[in-house]
Amino acid sequence: MVHLRLEGITKRFGSFVANDSISLEVQSGEIHAILGENGAGKTTLMNVLSGLYQPDSGQIHLEGVPVHLTSANDAIQHGIGMIHQHFMLVPQLSVAENIVLGTEFGLRLNLRQKMEQVRSMSNRYRLQVDPSAIVGDLSVGMQQRVEILKVLYRGARVLILDEPTAVLTPLEVESLFIILRQLAAAGHTILFISHKLDELLNLCDKVTVLRQGQVVETLPIQSVTKEILAQLMVGRKVLFSLDKGIPNPGSTILDVQNLYVKDDRHLPAIEGVTFQLRTGEILGIAGVDGNGQRELADAIAGLRSVAEGKICLEGIDITEWSVRQRIQQLHIGYIPEDRQRIGLVMNLSIAKNLILKAFKQLPFCKNWLLQDSIIDAHAIHAIKQFDVRAIDEQVSVSNLSGGNQQKVILARELSGHPKLIIAMQPCRGLDVGATEYVQKQLLIERQRGAAILYISTELEEVMTMSDRIAVMYRGQFMDILDAAHATIETVGVLMMGEKVSKVLDTIPATTST
Amino acid sequence: MKTNQVSNAFLPFLAPMLAIVAALIVGAFLIALTGVNPLHAYTILFRESLANYYGIGNTLTKMAPLLLTASGVLVGLRAGQLNIGGEGQIHMGGLGAALVGLYVHGLPMWIHIPLALIGGFLLGAIWGGIAGYLKAFRGVNEVITTLLLNYIALNIISYLVQRPMIEPGAASPFTPIISDSAKLPILMPGGLAHAGIFIGLIATMVLGWLFRRSPLGYQIEVVGQNPTAARYAGMSVSRTIMFVMALAGGLAGLAGAGEVMGLKHRLFETISPGYGYEAVAIALLSRGSFTGVIFTSLFFGALRSGANVLQREAGIPFTIVYAIQGLTVLFIAISLAVESNLLHRVSLRMNRLKPAGVKL
Ligand SMILES: Nc1ncnc2c1ncn2[C@@H]1O[C@H](COP(=O)(O)OP(=O)(O)OP(=O)(O)O)[C@@H](O)[C@H]1O
Ligand SMILES: [Mg+2]
Repeated sequence: MVHLRLEGITKRFGSFVANDSISLEVQSGEIHAILGENGAGKTTLMNVLSGLYQPDSGQIHLEGVPVHLTSANDAIQHGIGMIHQHFMLVPQLSVAENIVLGTEFGLRLNLRQKMEQVRSMSNRYRLQVDPSAIVGDLSVGMQQRVEILKVLYRGARVLILDEPTAVLTPLEVESLFIILRQLAAAGHTILFISHKLDELLNLCDKVTVLRQGQVVETLPIQSVTKEILAQLMVGRKVLFSLDKGIPNPGSTILDVQNLYVKDDRHLPAIEGVTFQLRTGEILGIAGVDGNGQRELADAIAGLRSVAEGKICLEGIDITEWSVRQRIQQLHIGYIPEDRQRIGLVMNLSIAKNLILKAFKQLPFCKNWLLQDSIIDAHAIHAIKQFDVRAIDEQVSVSNLSGGNQQKVILARELSGHPKLIIAMQPCRGLDVGATEYVQKQLLIERQRGAAILYISTELEEVMTMSDRIAVMYRGQFMDILDAAHATIETVGVLMMGEKVSKVLDTIPATTST
Repeated sequence: MKTNQVSNAFLPFLAPMLAIVAALIVGAFLIALTGVNPLHAYTILFRESLANYYGIGNTLTKMAPLLLTASGVLVGLRAGQLNIGGEGQIHMGGLGAALVGLYVHGLPMWIHIPLALIGGFLLGAIWGGIAGYLKAFRGVNEVITTLLLNYIALNIISYLVQRPMIEPGAASPFTPIISDSAKLPILMPGGLAHAGIFIGLIATMVLGWLFRRSPLGYQIEVVGQNPTAARYAGMSVSRTIMFVMALAGGLAGLAGAGEVMGLKHRLFETISPGYGYEAVAIALLSRGSFTGVIFTSLFFGALRSGANVLQREAGIPFTIVYAIQGLTVLFIAISLAVESNLLHRVSLRMNRLKPAGVKL
């Protein structure tokens, strides 16, 4: 039975067409992937479906009945619920409170009864989560469960998940997929967005590919491969293997000695990390999220103070240097993990965001004045170079798609030949084409002689990019391996905190599972 | 994109306009309650404040301190700081100007006036800067400190004009008259309006330009909108906040200096009848726009100057005019809440603007 049918949905922003006459059918109980480049219009389409945007033309049908969705509330009344990439939970409240929030209009809230209700619901859907826990204390994966429960509690039959896996650990991804399959088996219809092609192939029944706001094709998942999908999406062949070129490491540029750093709650986050990084070299840092990677990157960039130990760049002790000194005198490029919170000023234009670190310097500032025409020209150039999909350079970055926001940061941080680049999850949220482009750029920087710290929770990404791989676990480096000899298995086991000696014994066992 | 920009430029003025109209309508009912024809009252109000020689002078006199103080508040808002200490900063500024005007002698006007203005600016800046320091380096909320500093300032002035600075033999606590060389020139012969309004207009325009063109304005904007990103980019958030608060205080200080040097010619306890608080309302109504501050200050100045005449000519109590002011503020607050909703709807229909907070 067709659960959801879109007919000629068109959505414009000014003169820009984000969704161009999109038609689509989804069966009930189906897990349907929406795939497309950054800025292809996926999120926009989902916002239309969940009542946040009104289409300029076109019609949504639910179970054969045309519906007109005027708001998110209205959509949920019709059984359509969206799980946003940036969660919209209240961190100070409990799980149960978050779930019932906004649904109760009585004068008194019987919280105990609600807790029971939430508990039985989470058991029914096998979405284990403690209803009395405070949301702020939960892991990202758990918070996502709360988001899912929240829309289920409101009676959603169509679930929309926009890049739900971008922030999850592999284990969390797996349990999310189990949940989604169960929901689908119970007759829920699921729309799933991700840039990770393996995930789509693994989870979904059908896939619709969008390009520049239009549907390219809808295909059953059995009939496609990664290569086909990538080609449909970007309109050209994407190579899934990178030609890394021959590494040509020079002298040591970054020397980190016995580093200790504390996290935001003043608990030890890094405990005795030592490593060297040479020019023309990429040191990958693998590890499950939250094992001190963020703190390490922040400490080197100067955003977090060092409790003990030393950071030297080109032989100069920079442990006590300010962020500004590091930016101006050393030229460190830092791609932070959280683009919206740290890397961008959302209400400023692309052009203004691109000068965030260099606004006081020539050529952007001359005679004490910002040089608007130069700033704009610089932006136009960067937009072209990094293929940022935007109407023009004056658009505020809040109006860009997630992937295009990331490209703005990359354009800024890679400009002007940094000596050291700290890249934290640089490809998160990027489509395959853009990922390839960014990785190529980083390799070019390496060839030029930049030293690169490549931090990612995506093991395969680290493996393909790095010359050496450090595995981080609970604030320490388990080991630093030569990328040529490292295997996914050894790194995977180190990531779990097990020592290599043990690993060697257990390799046959782990590889066979 | 063009239509988009036009509507963007226009919208910030729409809400304040509507709020003012709504306040005047409700105010009309209040006036009717006192038994006066509201149309008659409004005619007097605006004729006497905007359409006659003395009225205009009077309006400009009230507008000058409002404009300066509100510009200061707006600068703070741009950096994410709510400065409600205008009242104290005005008084400290008045003190600074009075000190220079009273105790420095034998200077020509073209040195004495700037010197006294600088004195006013400095003391105001110190007063704002204290709150800025406490916020930036000690994490104390600026709303609380600026408010408390108001009381401290008023008490200091009160002590000074009753004891050390009092005019010998004075009937009530005020200082002697400042030197002639420190008095601001009068603009319209026979009236009250003084050069303070020019200082206000110039300061506001310079600020507007500063925020559009200078790296400093850019930095303040970034700090105000995303302090985390500012830190990441190597900006010193604390120093920026402290600077901004000092600048805000300095501007209010200039307002106080203007009152002493242009209007009262001496210092006493209540040189500001609440301009500092009214400035907060004006800055909020102006929605981040320095041009907006000019017009909103003019409106509030006109209300204040018309209020006197209303009472004299139509027997309408002052409080009614204050009620209209209060209503304007109230309606603006309502319009801000309604507007985000309305904008949302308009954008859904016309596909122009982004509804707030839905982008991923
Ligand atoms: N509110 C808006 N105003 C103007 N343009 C917008 C707005 N929202 C989205 N766009 C534009 O519409 C296009 C589609 O954006 P959308 O967020 O749907 O992309 P996406 O497919 O989700 O991309 P990504 O994979 O990067 O998240 C982008 O080019 C974006 O710049
Ligand atoms: Mg998106």
